[in-house]
Amino acid sequence: MSKSNFTRRGVLKTSAVAGAGLAMPTFFTSMANAYTNEPSGDTVTLGFNVPQSGPYADEGADELRAYQLAVKHLNGEGDGGMLNTFSSKELQGNGILGKKVAFVTGDTQTKSDAARASAKSMIEKDGAIMITGGSSSGVAIAVQGLCQEAGVIFMAGLTHSNDTTGKDKKANGFRHFFNAYMSGAALAPVLEKMYGSDRKAYHLTADYTWGWTQEESIKAATEALGWETVNAVKTPLAATDFSSYIAPVLNSGADVLVLNHYGGNMVNSLTNAVQFGLRDKQVNGKNFEIVVPLYSRLMAQGAGENVKGIFGSTNWHWSLTDEGSKTFTQSFGKEYGRPPSQAAQTCYVQTLLYADAATRAGTFNPCGIAEALEGFEFDGLGNGPTLYRADDHQCFKDVLVVRGKENPESEFDLLEVVEVTPAAQVTYPPDHPMFAGGALGDCNPGA
Amino acid sequence: MTFLGLNERDTRFLLIVVALTMFTPFLLQPFAENSGLAQFNAGYPDLMQRFAIYGIFAIGFNILFGLTGYLSFGHAAFLGVGSYSAVWMFKLLSMNIIPAIILAVIVSGLFALLIGFISLRRTGIYFSILTLAFAQMSFNLAYSVLTPITNGETGLQLTLSDPRILDPESITNSLPSTSLFGLEMNDSAQWEVFGRVFTFSVGYYVCAVIAIIAFYISLRIFRSPFGLMLRAIKTNKTRMAYTGLNTRPYALAAFVISGMYAGLAGGLLASMDPLAGAERMQWTASGEVVLMTILGGAGTLMGPVLGAGFIKYFENIFSKINDNVLHGWFAFMPDGLEDALITLIHPFVGKGWHLTLGMLFMLVVIFLPGGLVELGQRIAGLFRRRKAEDRSDDGSKATTPAE
Amino acid sequence: MDAILLQVLNGLDKGSAYALIALGLTLIFGTLGVVNFAHGALFMIGAFCAVTFQKLLTLSYITIDETRTDFLGNPLEVKSPYVEGWFGPETGGAIIDWAVPLAILFSIPVMVAFGFVMERGLIKHFYKRPHADQILVTFGLAIVLQEIVKYFFGANPIPTPAPDAFRGSLDFGVLLGFDPNAIIYPYWRLIYFLFASFIIGAVFAFLQFTTFGMVVRAGMADRETVGLLGINIDKRFTLMFGLAAAVAGLAGVMYAPINSPNYHMGMDFLVLSFVVVVVGGMGSLPGAVAAGFLLGILESFASMNEIKSILPGIDQIIIYLVAIVILLTRPRGLLGRKGVMEE
Repeated sequence: MSKSNFTRRGVLKTSAVAGAGLAMPTFFTSMANAYTNEPSGDTVTLGFNVPQSGPYADEGADELRAYQLAVKHLNGEGDGGMLNTFSSKELQGNGILGKKVAFVTGDTQTKSDAARASAKSMIEKDGAIMITGGSSSGVAIAVQGLCQEAGVIFMAGLTHSNDTTGKDKKANGFRHFFNAYMSGAALAPVLEKMYGSDRKAYHLTADYTWGWTQEESIKAATEALGWETVNAVKTPLAATDFSSYIAPVLNSGADVLVLNHYGGNMVNSLTNAVQFGLRDKQVNGKNFEIVVPLYSRLMAQGAGENVKGIFGSTNWHWSLTDEGSKTFTQSFGKEYGRPPSQAAQTCYVQTLLYADAATRAGTFNPCGIAEALEGFEFDGLGNGPTLYRADDHQCFKDVLVVRGKENPESEFDLLEVVEVTPAAQVTYPPDHPMFAGGALGDCNPGA
Repeated sequence: MTFLGLNERDTRFLLIVVALTMFTPFLLQPFAENSGLAQFNAGYPDLMQRFAIYGIFAIGFNILFGLTGYLSFGHAAFLGVGSYSAVWMFKLLSMNIIPAIILAVIVSGLFALLIGFISLRRTGIYFSILTLAFAQMSFNLAYSVLTPITNGETGLQLTLSDPRILDPESITNSLPSTSLFGLEMNDSAQWEVFGRVFTFSVGYYVCAVIAIIAFYISLRIFRSPFGLMLRAIKTNKTRMAYTGLNTRPYALAAFVISGMYAGLAGGLLASMDPLAGAERMQWTASGEVVLMTILGGAGTLMGPVLGAGFIKYFENIFSKINDNVLHGWFAFMPDGLEDALITLIHPFVGKGWHLTLGMLFMLVVIFLPGGLVELGQRIAGLFRRRKAEDRSDDGSKATTPAE
Repeated sequence: MDAILLQVLNGLDKGSAYALIALGLTLIFGTLGVVNFAHGALFMIGAFCAVTFQKLLTLSYITIDETRTDFLGNPLEVKSPYVEGWFGPETGGAIIDWAVPLAILFSIPVMVAFGFVMERGLIKHFYKRPHADQILVTFGLAIVLQEIVKYFFGANPIPTPAPDAFRGSLDFGVLLGFDPNAIIYPYWRLIYFLFASFIIGAVFAFLQFTTFGMVVRAGMADRETVGLLGINIDKRFTLMFGLAAAVAGLAGVMYAPINSPNYHMGMDFLVLSFVVVVVGGMGSLPGAVAAGFLLGILESFASMNEIKSILPGIDQIIIYLVAIVILLTRPRGLLGRKGVMEE
């Protein structure tokens, strides 16, 4: 195994210092690799870094299921899943570049520190050549930075902040998931259609970076429709009871409440808002409405009945009827007895995309893979025709606008797709002000 | 043999600690690379660095808690402040770790002086809650309002556009690494022998040397008149006051010293991996160092280090054992037995690592009131007794507590 | 004016949860001298009593509906609760709807038994040990408990709605002559406040007016003397632990509809409840209750936009800030006794 973390500059310097008198023993092997963790045996190791403890543990568990399924399919076991519908036909089910895919797992704890420690151990101890996963933007950005420094590829899991491919973008990091800007752009026309263009919105926003980019995006999109923003209030991340933030909403003159919350925050704030009876009220002669810009099925499960009729956006949903989605839902459902979540889909797809890029590039060198992914256009993975844009390593694809279902048929059947917003409508120029301030830099192969 | 002002026993003790630290890359890598037990190897740079760094953190905490009995529940704030200072140094000044660590220690020392000055007006649990309140305020603000300084949720990171005025040549199109006069922290050399791969990381040895110095200073403090004064505070504050002694300056000095240790640990964490996240200051992080110290054995010199290693080992090694690994281990068994065994072990490893840790906390505190150090003493006592029996001595010589 | 009243109401409600948890914690501190880091876990287990009870009521049999399909394209399995099968959909539905209030009956014996086992099996052995050991062992227990809950119920929050009759909110403002919608207050939160007041009142009455309570209060003041009088204080302390566990559990059951329970909700409350207890003053039950309501109301005030625009982020730190100010001006919190946990 070769796990040396040399940078070429570092090697030169170290050997200079060693020569200068530290007198390093001669039996040290300084393995000259082309790049970090170049696989030398007949296997290649991928690192699946997902939250296994903390509030997002269930989402992490679903991501892990998807990864294991992807590994099976890549190694030619099982029914092959979306390998059959993927527009690129390079993957043969014989691993990646003829090497069998192995994997290691770790716990991010949804903390940037722990996530980096876990990713580091995968790179340093297990020789992982690619790190993927995660369930929050803070973690994604932190791990992406680490992978850039260590010289491995990072395929982001669930991360929705504009910053991941905006001001914190990195040459070694790639995101398939959609982002806050896209949520706003996709939701706005539907909201206009349903609620009209003369609305007054009140925002509650989780007080951290993701919340801010989400608020900025949805505010910009709704204000462009003619909506007025009455107020935007930041709520502490640690808050569990949102009553004191929700109580003043009704008397503020607003007739729409936008909850820029995710995970446990969103479950609680939505539950509280419904408890206050906001949705039964009339303001300005209109029905009071609640909007949740970023939805996930697991959150919908946590909020229970309260999600009924509430609009939001999502990256993917298992009820889609294109070939890729159908195949994936079947394959995942047969394996685990439940339909996949959006996090599972994005993680599965990211693994396949990585494998495909390595095959097309003919190498595991991160720079070769990055080159193969940049500007790559593909289809058949559940989101319609998709482009991995070279400028910022963000995927551009259709975005789903969903609504909490009134009469769910099962515990998984909580959201219905209202509209599939075409990719063109959510595409923005790479220098859009919400994404400004960062640079990809050079790809780093580590050695 | 005496050395650096230590008596013979302490010198031997220090030399043992030095030897253990220097040979850590071997000691933590006992299993062959392709054996199933390789999962339990911990000899990779990041974890070894963490052992040393959290060891420093716990040693420092122990100077306050172990000696004076003041239970601070907000020590993570100093670690966090140290990390932020260090990363800002990397961003503004230079990638050399020396200025970063110095600033980290100074800033956290000042912060500890401020918080200690206020909190030490109270004792017992009132003191604990005051320190907790300060730390939680720091965490909450760092996560939200102070984002321009701390970069909030994501944590403070290096960017390509940082000025780094002292080494302009580091400004290229890729991020530089932290270094000690050109020796890069993420450099390492590897040695393959007997099917094992031993990794000698520059970063680890930097941490190890600093940890040994930190340990030596703490040893001196424990043995000094100042240390004696601190112990007196723990034993009976009222009596100290009656003798006309104001104990607060002593307690404050201990508080600031342990705050500086925490800052040093924070600065080192950032030097090994240039990122400072707000969670480092959360109460769970403060609680962790309390647990490390009690678990290892509060008031002993070696205990906190053991406790730190114990917790970090579980966090990093046990959390990575997944079902796949389990299947790998038990593949030689008949299918039914294999599955049964895996079902049995499954809840305790991987995502269940917290459960194992919680149970071990309980077991240690129930059966080893003196912490892990007591386990060591008991084992040592066992050997000593056996030796004594061999020599058919009466064996009545009291064992000295091995601090 | 109406905005201030609104936040007082909100604060009373937040405060009731803090006060209930702090009350139980102080009972254990005061009577047993044990720092119980597992108290938040007891609150969490109370909430999961409601979840479990709801799950029991909705245990279902499965019928196959050939006309519809599930996500795999197989015929849809329709689940119908046994309760609805036995009592008819109307009565059965109503029973399920009332799961949370009914869970109170279910939770009291569970929590008391839990408290007994915990005290006899574990806490008892730690009376004479240093507080640091008590922290370590109860923290370990808290982790174990929450991991067990996570193993069985998952990490995701589980919705446990209040009965339909209590959905929506009361327009308080109209009653007081303000504009409609100026002061609204959800029915369930109102009930939570009344319930908490009742429990607090009951605990105080119990300690004040019964012989048992008198002995326990005497034991809190001077354990040794009471022991010398030949009274078996240990047995009474076990009962007190059961009582404290039940109070925490009930706080949890009733809290379930306010926020969907998840396995780490206890840890979220743990630190806050310690702050509340200490601000109230160690060993003082009225202090704990007063501090609970005080901090709840101040927290609500701090979240007002008017205040946040002057002091951004104040709602993030208000509780800790108030704790610091109170502890610096009043050395033993609001109503603390001298010498309790001061060494």
